[in-house]
Amino acid sequence: MSSTNNYILGVYDDEDEVLHAVSEVKSKGIKIEEVYTPFPIHGLDTALGHPRTRLPIAAFMFGCLGLVCAQALINYTMVFDWPMIIGGKDFFALPDWIPITFEGTVLFTAFGLVTTFCISNDLYPGKKPEILDIRITDDRFVMAINVDKNKKSAADIKKALKDSGAVEVNVK
Amino acid sequence: MSHVVSPIREKLVTGGKSYHDVTHDICKQVEGEPTKEWKWAFGISCVVFAYGAYCLFYTWWQGIGVWGLNKTVGWAWDITNFVWWVGIGHAGTLISAVLLLFRQKWRTSINRSAEAMTIFAVLCAASFILAHMGRPWLAHWALPLPNTYGSLWVNFNSPLVWDVFAISTYLSVSLLFWYMGLVPDLATIRDRATTKASKFWYGFFSLGWTGSAKTWARYEYMSLILAGISTPLVLSVHTIVSMDFATSVIPGWHTTIFPPYFVAGAIFSGFAMVQTLLLITRVVFHLEDYITIEHIEMMNIVITITGSIVGIAYLTEFFMAWYSGVEYESYAFINRATGPYWWAYWMMMTCNVISPQLFWAKSIRTNLLVSFFLSIVVNVGMWFERFVIIVTSLHRDYIPSSWAMFSPTMYDIGDYIFSFGLFFTLFFLFAKFLPVVNMAEVKAVMKGVSTNYPAKKAKASIKTDE
Repeated sequence: MSSTNNYILGVYDDEDEVLHAVSEVKSKGIKIEEVYTPFPIHGLDTALGHPRTRLPIAAFMFGCLGLVCAQALINYTMVFDWPMIIGGKDFFALPDWIPITFEGTVLFTAFGLVTTFCISNDLYPGKKPEILDIRITDDRFVMAINVDKNKKSAADIKKALKDSGAVEVNVK
Repeated sequence: MSHVVSPIREKLVTGGKSYHDVTHDICKQVEGEPTKEWKWAFGISCVVFAYGAYCLFYTWWQGIGVWGLNKTVGWAWDITNFVWWVGIGHAGTLISAVLLLFRQKWRTSINRSAEAMTIFAVLCAASFILAHMGRPWLAHWALPLPNTYGSLWVNFNSPLVWDVFAISTYLSVSLLFWYMGLVPDLATIRDRATTKASKFWYGFFSLGWTGSAKTWARYEYMSLILAGISTPLVLSVHTIVSMDFATSVIPGWHTTIFPPYFVAGAIFSGFAMVQTLLLITRVVFHLEDYITIEHIEMMNIVITITGSIVGIAYLTEFFMAWYSGVEYESYAFINRATGPYWWAYWMMMTCNVISPQLFWAKSIRTNLLVSFFLSIVVNVGMWFERFVIIVTSLHRDYIPSSWAMFSPTMYDIGDYIFSFGLFFTLFFLFAKFLPVVNMAEVKAVMKGVSTNYPAKKAKASIKTDE
């Protein structure tokens, strides 16, 4: 987000108010770009109309991949590449492999999930954050509205924000 | 967020804090100069660490012949310490993952430090794994790497290899979970930073976090899934550790009760360690409003429950040794209780079975000094539990001519001291440079559960920049 005075920011100091304000502002036909908060507010993403995240699907896929990789490694080493008789067991000693298969599944799920999360949110080490208000990570809840993407005038938007309980309305 | 909370619930955060107060209170010790207490504590742990590092270096240099091991007792303090530290590590994941799944909100102010403790404890455990190999520079032989022997692979049917995978997965997943939990708080510190160095480093590690609703929604899902996979992971880790013993044919080790018994013991000792650390952190950083008596009491209740499970496991073991009719098994247990190591056995019984029962009295479980003392007693007891399991099962071999006793040398003790030095040095570094309480999570549970949450300010104060 560039700072070209395109954004009107409604600053709230209470999580319930900002949640309520989202539906109020939306009902006036104003398109909200995004809401920034210091902690997660349940129901805020649905109020904004964000689609449900598909991260669980990604996690499941990575889990399946981990399971397959662990099994492939163990089968290759223990059955095909260098079979050895251990304790008179079959080369294909599946019950003994459950622990490592499980660990592999968990490992792939965790790292795959976090990597997907970071990519989907464009987060990476050293990234310069686009900070609209420095207090977002402290105690303020900020509703950002892009003027260019709205038909309403800036004055109308500011009024709507104030009416919805914003303690401050800023332009950035 | 602010759903109905029963009025009889104790407040999770006391002192009428606002969100900004939380930020300020927690960031204070990260931003300020290190306090005198911190410098002393850190200095002492560095000295301990240095002495331990010397002993460990000597062990690595000379080989494990410097330990008190003999032909009969081939595992002693090394594996005792390993199992003890891994067990301690379990509480962090339990608090951050299992209590998250159970929606236990009191976890929010303690999960950060508990999880940090997990990581440091697992590192301490790993130091014994490396040391007990004798030739630690060949540690990679435990991994399935292609090699010039043909390739001769590791034995995936062996519980020792399961352990390698379990511990390394556990360490890396815990580290990841902990780090992702830190990201929003690192962003908070970044946005408050005044010096160039802290702006850069906290900025670097906060991944460009902005706290948008979309990110938070995904973040919540990610935490939930990580908690969901960490829960069976943490249970699997100590299960596999117990299988190092249970899959052998040594009387006293060869028991099917080991996995649940080890997991309960791990949670028991881990909570005790969290309790010890929290009671110190709470006083040193003045976090009495965040880590309240309620938290201490909850922890003590978990300690009582898991301690009771451990007690039942001890009795079951003893009963089964008799009921199975196996002479070797019966002997192993009678020898534990009445043999030359009787003092270790009764130390374990007293510390682990009797002492946590004192917490049934509310006056005891809400008393800080007693809680602190008992949390240490529990960990002494849990150390002796592992010592009893390992050494007393080994020291009376099948042939009486092979009977032996184990006594530690200064290097056994020195390597144990090393792990304490490592643990506390890392913990004090963590406590200085990272927020010890998860600010975002605490803020999220404050409303409705915090006393006198500041009433909404009058709308008249609305400012605009028109």
